Amino acid sequence: MKASKLLMATALTAATFGMAGSASAATDSLTLCWAAWDPANALVELSKDFEAESGTEMSFEFVPWPNFADRMLNELNSNGTLCDLLIGDSQWIGGAAENGNYVKLNDFFDAEGISMDDFIPATVTGYAEWPKGSPNYWALPAYADVVGWTYRKDWFERPELMAEFKGKYGYDLGVPESLEQLKDIAEFFQGREIDGKTVYGAAIYTERGSEGITMGVTNALYNYGFEYGNPENPYAELDGYVNSAGAVAGLEYYKDLYDNGTPPGSSNWYMGENIDAYKSGQVALQMNFAFIWPGVNADPNVGGDRTGYFANPPGPAGQFAQLGGQGISIVANTDNMEGALAYIKWFAQGDVQAKWTEMGGASAMRSVVEAPGFADAQPYNQAFLDSMAIVKDFWAEPSYASLLLPMQSRIHNYVIAGQGTAQEALDGLVEDWVEGFEDEGLR
Amino acid sequence: MSGNPIDRIATATPAVMAKRVRGLSDRAIAWLFVGPSIVLLLAVNIFPLIWTINLSFTNFRANRLRDAEYIGLRNYERILTDTDTWQSMQATANFLFWTIFFQVLIGFALAYLINKKFKGNDLWTTIIVLPMMLSPAVVGNFWTFLYQPQIGLFNYVVEFFTGIDSSSFSMIGDVSLAPWSIVIVDTWMWTPFVMLICLAGLRSIPDSIYEAAECDRASKWRQFWTLTVPMVLPFLMLAVLFRGIENFKMFDLVVQLTGGGPGSITTLTSIDLKREAFEKWRTGYASAYAVILFVTVFGLASIYVKALNKVKER
Repeated sequence: MKASKLLMATALTAATFGMAGSASAATDSLTLCWAAWDPANALVELSKDFEAESGTEMSFEFVPWPNFADRMLNELNSNGTLCDLLIGDSQWIGGAAENGNYVKLNDFFDAEGISMDDFIPATVTGYAEWPKGSPNYWALPAYADVVGWTYRKDWFERPELMAEFKGKYGYDLGVPESLEQLKDIAEFFQGREIDGKTVYGAAIYTERGSEGITMGVTNALYNYGFEYGNPENPYAELDGYVNSAGAVAGLEYYKDLYDNGTPPGSSNWYMGENIDAYKSGQVALQMNFAFIWPGVNADPNVGGDRTGYFANPPGPAGQFAQLGGQGISIVANTDNMEGALAYIKWFAQGDVQAKWTEMGGASAMRSVVEAPGFADAQPYNQAFLDSMAIVKDFWAEPSYASLLLPMQSRIHNYVIAGQGTAQEALDGLVEDWVEGFEDEGLR
Repeated sequence: MSGNPIDRIATATPAVMAKRVRGLSDRAIAWLFVGPSIVLLLAVNIFPLIWTINLSFTNFRANRLRDAEYIGLRNYERILTDTDTWQSMQATANFLFWTIFFQVLIGFALAYLINKKFKGNDLWTTIIVLPMMLSPAVVGNFWTFLYQPQIGLFNYVVEFFTGIDSSSFSMIGDVSLAPWSIVIVDTWMWTPFVMLICLAGLRSIPDSIYEAAECDRASKWRQFWTLTVPMVLPFLMLAVLFRGIENFKMFDLVVQLTGGGPGSITTLTSIDLKREAFEKWRTGYASAYAVILFVTVFGLASIYVKALNKVKER
C-alpha cells in the first residue's frame, strides 16, 4: 500500500511539473465516467476540443441515473480501472477521499494556478472538499445543479384562473413567495379541468429506491428548521436538530403537499417521471434539478413563454434548496495520470467553462455565472443563480449510504405510506443515524 | 493377436499408458472424473459460504481500507431484533404464500383445460407461456405503466368492471394495494410455468387408468379427486418448491415495480439484503443476514423435500 501511494505521489508530482503547461504531451487515451443524461452528451461534444488540442483519444462510460451510484461505487470499491476521470455525485466525496479512490488535487491546483476562489463557494464545498470546510480538494466543480421549480406560466396568466385564485386565497396567482403559497397553488390546480384535460398540482420527488424522496423532502425540511445536527458537533448532537419541531412541521408540510397536490400514482417519482408529467401537461408545478431547464425551455409543448422558473420558496426558518451537481475527479487507479491531469487543467480554463455552459453544461465558475448578461441570457438563468445562492447538501460522509437509506425508508413510510407520525419518522431517523455514526466510530 | 476387440484396444494403447490406467482402481478413476466438479463446487459454493459465515462475525465493510474486527454474535442479535428485518420477512412470507397459492390454483386449472384435446390447443399453450419468456425487469417496467392511475390499462379494466374511478386508486402507491400489485404481476408471469409442470403430470397419467375407472362407473368428480389429483400431486409439489425458492430470492421484478415501497411495504428480504450489502456496504452485517436467510431456506426446503419424497413413495 505504501509503495503504491509513493508511486502515485511520484506520478502526480512528475505529471504536475512535467507537463510544461501544455496538454499536447499526452497522446494516449482517457475514459471519463458519468451519468447518462443530456449534459453528458454536451460534454462529449466539448471534449472534442480537448482531443484536438492534446491528441488524447477520449472515450466515455455513461450509466443511467438509477444505476449510476451502484455501478460507479462498485467500480471504485473494487479498485477497477474502467475510469480515468469520474464525475461523481457530491455525496461520494468523503468515501472516495478516505478510501483512496480519488487523487487529492491541491498540489496540482497550486502548481497550475487553479484557484477554488474562482468557483461558486457552495459548489467547492459540495463537490470538491473533504473534510467539509477544509481546503482539501478531491475534485474540480464540474456541473452546478440545484433543485428548483418550473411552473406553467401560461396557465398562471389565464384571467379566469387568476380571478378564481385571488377570490379563494386572497392573493395573486404567481410565483409563490413561500412554501405555503406553493401548496395553495398545487391544491388549486389539483384535479382541475384545463383545455378539456384533468390536470394536477405539482410533481414532486417521491422515489423510494435510490435517493429521490430525500432530495425532495429536504427542500421542505431545511426551510422549516431541520438541521443535520448541531453545527458545532454534528455527529454527537442529532436529537433536537434532525427531529426539531420545525423539522416535524416541514415533514408534515411535504406529506400534505403529496396528499393534496400531486397526481394520483406519483408515489415513486423522481427526475424522469417529473419531467414526463410536466411536459405532458399533467401538472402546473414541477420540482426538479435545474439540469432539466434547458430541455423544458426547448420543449415544443411547454417550452418558451409557457414556462417560468423559480427557486425553492422560503419557509418559516429560511430559504434553502437541495444541492445537486458533481465535481470531476481523477480515479487513483488510472494508468494515465498525466492525461487525466491535463484534462482537468484544460477543463478549468475560463473559456472552456463558458463554452461548457453554452453547450448545455452548467459551469460553476464565477467568471461564467457572474458575467454581465448571464442572468438574462436564458429565461431560467436568474432562477439558477437564486437557487445556487441558497443551497444545502446531504451528508457526504464515507458512510453516506448508511445515512441515506434509513432516511429514504423513514420518509417514504410516513409521506407515501402514511405510517406513523412525522415526529415518529424523524425520531426513528435520529436512532438510525446515531447507530450509523456509532458503527463508524464517530460517536 | 487375439480376435477379442477389447484385447485389440488394449494392445493399441501405448504400453506405458496402459500400465498406468490399468494400475488405477475403480475408486481412483471415479475420483478422477468427479474431482474437477468437486474442486469447482468447493471454490464456487462451499468456500464463499464458509467465508460468508466467517465475515458474519465481523464488522467488515468491503469498501473500507480498515481491518475487520470480530464482534461475535452482535450482527445476528441486531438483525433478529430489528423490526425492519421482521417486516421484510413478513412481506416475503406474504408474497410467497399468495403467489404460490394463485399460481398453483390457476396453473393447475389451465393445465387441466389445455390437457383436453381441442382445436388450437398448441397455439393456446404457446400464448399462455409467453409471459414467462420475458425478462422480469421488462415485465416490472411495463406493469408500472399498466398500473398508472391515469393512463394505465389495469385501472381502466377495473373501472370498466367495477365502476370505481380509475384515477382514484394507485396499485403501486397505496399501502394496502401495493403487496397485491406484485402478487398479480408475479402470478401473471409465472403461472404458465406451474401450468407446464402440471401439464407434464397430467400427461403422464395413462389413459388406461381412467378407462378402468370408467368401467368401475366412477364419476368424473371422483376420478378427479382419486386419480388426477394424487397422481399430479408430486408434480405440483415440485412446482411449489421451484416457485418457492425463486420467489424467496425475488428482486428484479419488485425493484422495478415498487422499489420496495410505498414505505417498506414491499421491501422483500432480498431487496433489504442487497441494500445492506451493496449500498450501505455493511458486509459483515449483510453476511449474517445472508446466513440467516440461507439457514431458513435450507431448513424449509429440506423439510419440504422429505414431504415430497413421502408423497412420491405413496
